[in-house]
Amino acid sequence: MSRRGFLGVAAAAIGGVMLAPGIQLIEIARAATTGTGASPKVRWGMLIDTTKCASGCTDCVTACNAENGLAAPQRATDAQWIRKVDLKDIRTGRTASAPVMCQHCAEPPCVDVCPTGASFKRADGIVLVDRHSCIGCRYCVMACPYQARSFVHEPLVDQKPDVPRGKGCVEGCTLCVHRLDKGQKATACAEACSQAGHGAILFGDLNDPASEIAQRVREIQTTQLRADLKLDPGVRYHGI
Amino acid sequence: MACSEPTLAADSRTPVPTIEPARAGTKCIADPATMRRDHPTMLKHQRDDTVRGGIRGAKASLRGCIDCHASPATASVAKSETNFCVSCHSYAAVKVDCFECHTSKAQMAVSGGPK
Repeated sequence: MSRRGFLGVAAAAIGGVMLAPGIQLIEIARAATTGTGASPKVRWGMLIDTTKCASGCTDCVTACNAENGLAAPQRATDAQWIRKVDLKDIRTGRTASAPVMCQHCAEPPCVDVCPTGASFKRADGIVLVDRHSCIGCRYCVMACPYQARSFVHEPLVDQKPDVPRGKGCVEGCTLCVHRLDKGQKATACAEACSQAGHGAILFGDLNDPASEIAQRVREIQTTQLRADLKLDPGVRYHGI
Repeated sequence: MACSEPTLAADSRTPVPTIEPARAGTKCIADPATMRRDHPTMLKHQRDDTVRGGIRGAKASLRGCIDCHASPATASVAKSETNFCVSCHSYAAVKVDCFECHTSKAQMAVSGGPK
């Protein structure tokens, strides 16, 4: 148990004793919903099987936009957390299609360049922007080799309660962190892809040898995008 | 923006803002005096734990505030000048930045169902 976790439990226990009986129940109920937080034992990642990903299908993009309250991009400057990319080998003519989003690097360049510490990596490997300290300088947008970060140029209204976003901040794929913290086991894109019957996106804990994703990456050949940069992305691709 | 009309407290010469009552049957996490003084600190600690540590469901949470204090008329704490957060913040002339990014609406109003 972390020091903070221990102190939290200790404080809750003391608080529970000292409060009146009626309130004690409420306090315990609230303490029970307090998550333990991101675990450093976990490394969330995704395996994208491009052999199952159809060109022209945008189910993952639509699901991401709906989950996170993003409008469908109208202009080149609109925020975009996930995009479909079509690849073609010009020598052989072989084509492949794949979604590209924040690759959640183990060594994220966006975190290295951030002057305020707003761009950070969580203990469980998710790379996020803390909008409370983001000053909108867009160094991270420049540093990201995957072009996964967007800047919000216009004021926003009616954001999702789980996904606060606003003008003047940089943002990108959060690996549906609000879902994971609730205990859900899949991101919106992975869920939509499997529900549509494609099954091209597999989400899970790369560090858990028993997880489906860990077994798959052990069995089949997978590629990290721009592996030459040695950023160790948490998103892997098969068939490119 | 015009401020909601401050009223004179019964035992005081100082005008105080008119604050909408919270949703009936709810109980705040601390007494009003503590909340008035310490709610920025509470929320600031909580936000760092949640955003950076992934610890959800803390006792102090902005969404918790909104769920109880959203106005029945606008379903929001900041949409109209009489709404909970704005009534006091405009009186104190302190700009509230939370709702640039966070929704000011109660979750029930956003999702159209119970939370």
